[in-house]
Amino acid sequence: MSGKLHKDAPLLEVKNLETAFDIDGTYYNAVDNVSFTVKPRQIVGIVGESGCGKSVMSLSIMKLLPKGIGEIRSGEILFDGIHLEKLSDKEINRVRGKDISMIFQEPMTSLNPLFTIGFQLQEVLFNHQKISKQDAKLKSIALLKSVGISRPEKIIDEYPHQLSGGMRQRVMIAIAIACQPKLLIADEPTTALDVTVQAQILELLKEIQQVNDMSIILITHDLGVVAEMCDEVIVMYAGRIAEKTDVDTLFHNPKHPYTKLLMGAIPKMDEDVEELSSIKGIVPSLKNMPTAGCRFAERCPSVMPECMVSTPKLAENEQGHEVACFLYETSRALEGVK
Amino acid sequence: MSTMDLKNESFNLEKNEKETLLEIKNLKTYYPVKGGFFQRTIGNVKAVDDISFSIKKGETLGLVGESGCGKSTTGRTIIRLLKATAGEILFEGKDISKLSGKSLQAIRQDIQMVFQDPYASLNPIQMVGDIVAEPIKNFKSIGKKELKTEVMDLLQKVGLPEDAYYKYAHEFSGGQRQRIGIARALALRPKLIIADEPVSALDVSVQSQVLNLLKELQKEFDLTFLFIAHDLSVVKHMSDRIGVMYLGSMVEISGRKSLYDEPLHPYTKALVSAIPMPDPRRKANRIVLKGDVPSPLNPPTGCPFHPRCAVAMDECSKTKPILKEVKPGHQVACHLY
Repeated sequence: MSGKLHKDAPLLEVKNLETAFDIDGTYYNAVDNVSFTVKPRQIVGIVGESGCGKSVMSLSIMKLLPKGIGEIRSGEILFDGIHLEKLSDKEINRVRGKDISMIFQEPMTSLNPLFTIGFQLQEVLFNHQKISKQDAKLKSIALLKSVGISRPEKIIDEYPHQLSGGMRQRVMIAIAIACQPKLLIADEPTTALDVTVQAQILELLKEIQQVNDMSIILITHDLGVVAEMCDEVIVMYAGRIAEKTDVDTLFHNPKHPYTKLLMGAIPKMDEDVEELSSIKGIVPSLKNMPTAGCRFAERCPSVMPECMVSTPKLAENEQGHEVACFLYETSRALEGVK
Repeated sequence: MSTMDLKNESFNLEKNEKETLLEIKNLKTYYPVKGGFFQRTIGNVKAVDDISFSIKKGETLGLVGESGCGKSTTGRTIIRLLKATAGEILFEGKDISKLSGKSLQAIRQDIQMVFQDPYASLNPIQMVGDIVAEPIKNFKSIGKKELKTEVMDLLQKVGLPEDAYYKYAHEFSGGQRQRIGIARALALRPKLIIADEPVSALDVSVQSQVLNLLKELQKEFDLTFLFIAHDLSVVKHMSDRIGVMYLGSMVEISGRKSLYDEPLHPYTKALVSAIPMPDPRRKANRIVLKGDVPSPLNPPTGCPFHPRCAVAMDECSKTKPILKEVKPGHQVACHLY
């Protein structure tokens, strides 16, 4: 994070992505004009409440949107120079699980209950590598060991129901990193776990990220997890990016009213406040998105007339700190005058 | 800071003088495990294994712990949704653990519950007005008009619009549904409310709305809370004192501040250190625990935490430490102290 210019070209580049869902014949944008980049070896966090589009975005990147219901309407997803959005099902299958893999929130349901752990691990290896049965077995044992599972020789013959939640998430991680992907998308990887187990898994993810030199997109609603893990953070609200900056700036100099309120809404261990800040109302559902203006306007404490009419653009407020809010557009305009 | 501490102290003193509303003595709740051809009881899951604590009037006691530690079972046993295997539940000095029939019914007016899942705990085919009115109808003979004004009043108190009365639960968001659940719990003006993970299904911004509401209502109605949650920062925000449970046992009880500033039990230390801090500049000195929580079907001998404890001694695997006061208002169950 020094001022030195990075030579690294971005690993993933999402440009003006719009993903829409078909509800009763009309398309509604769940992800609306979102652009961001992930550099090699970077951990990028995407935060937001339910319904803000963070999971839909990850499904768009992986091309896992439900067929016939959700689709990418426009925009580009460039991964390592390849246009993912243009790939056919067959072609994306070669990328999925190999160069990009994903771990999901539910360690209870994302493993197949009918197959052994070993089978599910080796399946990925057989799909993407030329490898003998014997080697695949040895490799899967090594993988399980690398994610901190004791007695892996036994575990490969066991079924998912025989493992605890934390163990299952470790197996999921082992499957995800089996082919040493360049990018790992982790969608709420620790939400279903207890805090002490969450601490173990986060520790493991960090370690693997460094050993394997990979990038991670970490999707979460927990600002504590973000502060601990990420380099860059994207705050999403109702399908749009509200704020995007490095982790330190986000926590110490948040700009967007939504980010500020979100920070004030979490009870903190080391502070005593009588009343938490709360945001009036709820995230609008897809069908009830405001058609014009800023989507946060209705709940925003510092709303101005123009917020209801036009959409604020995500623009750089300070170096590397992008905000989509009219409060800062005026200050930018003034600076321009100076 | 110091004036703040002083204020807190005098506040605590004031609370100490208050009478005890609920006292739990050596409570045990076991779930029988059935097996074999005749479905005989072949073992017990010791969900709550010999815990004691008390709550004073107007106080909030938080219960924290990870899944399977018995915190929900404790709450459900107190409200008598589950039968205690042994021990006493003294509510206003009277043991309610063995009540049945009419006398049990009567006590339910005074103890109410707010559940975790706002989607499953409301009847989907009842109007919200009827959901909130039901407890009142059960306990009071009251005219239709009066009942309606009372329900409207309750809905307004929890921050729901008036037309909510005629709507169904599915028409509301998670946060609003939890408000309905709170209105129902408040309907009989109970003395004690057991809130079992009331905000864990909610988003952060909605969570803070509900937490603020609970605090307001506590002041207005002079309520006593048993607040059960797995999120230590939420519990700390809400509670005056906090009890930490592990595998059916109470390992530590103390004031909210001292539990965070100087946790004594090795498990509490690990638990506090495991919480990700929303501040990237603070590097956590994390104590990462090894392994998983053992099964309560076959708990370890001695201290339930000893197989995962970094400072375990010989004694820990032999005898179970009892909860004792090591500092004023700070109890811990550990052989170290």
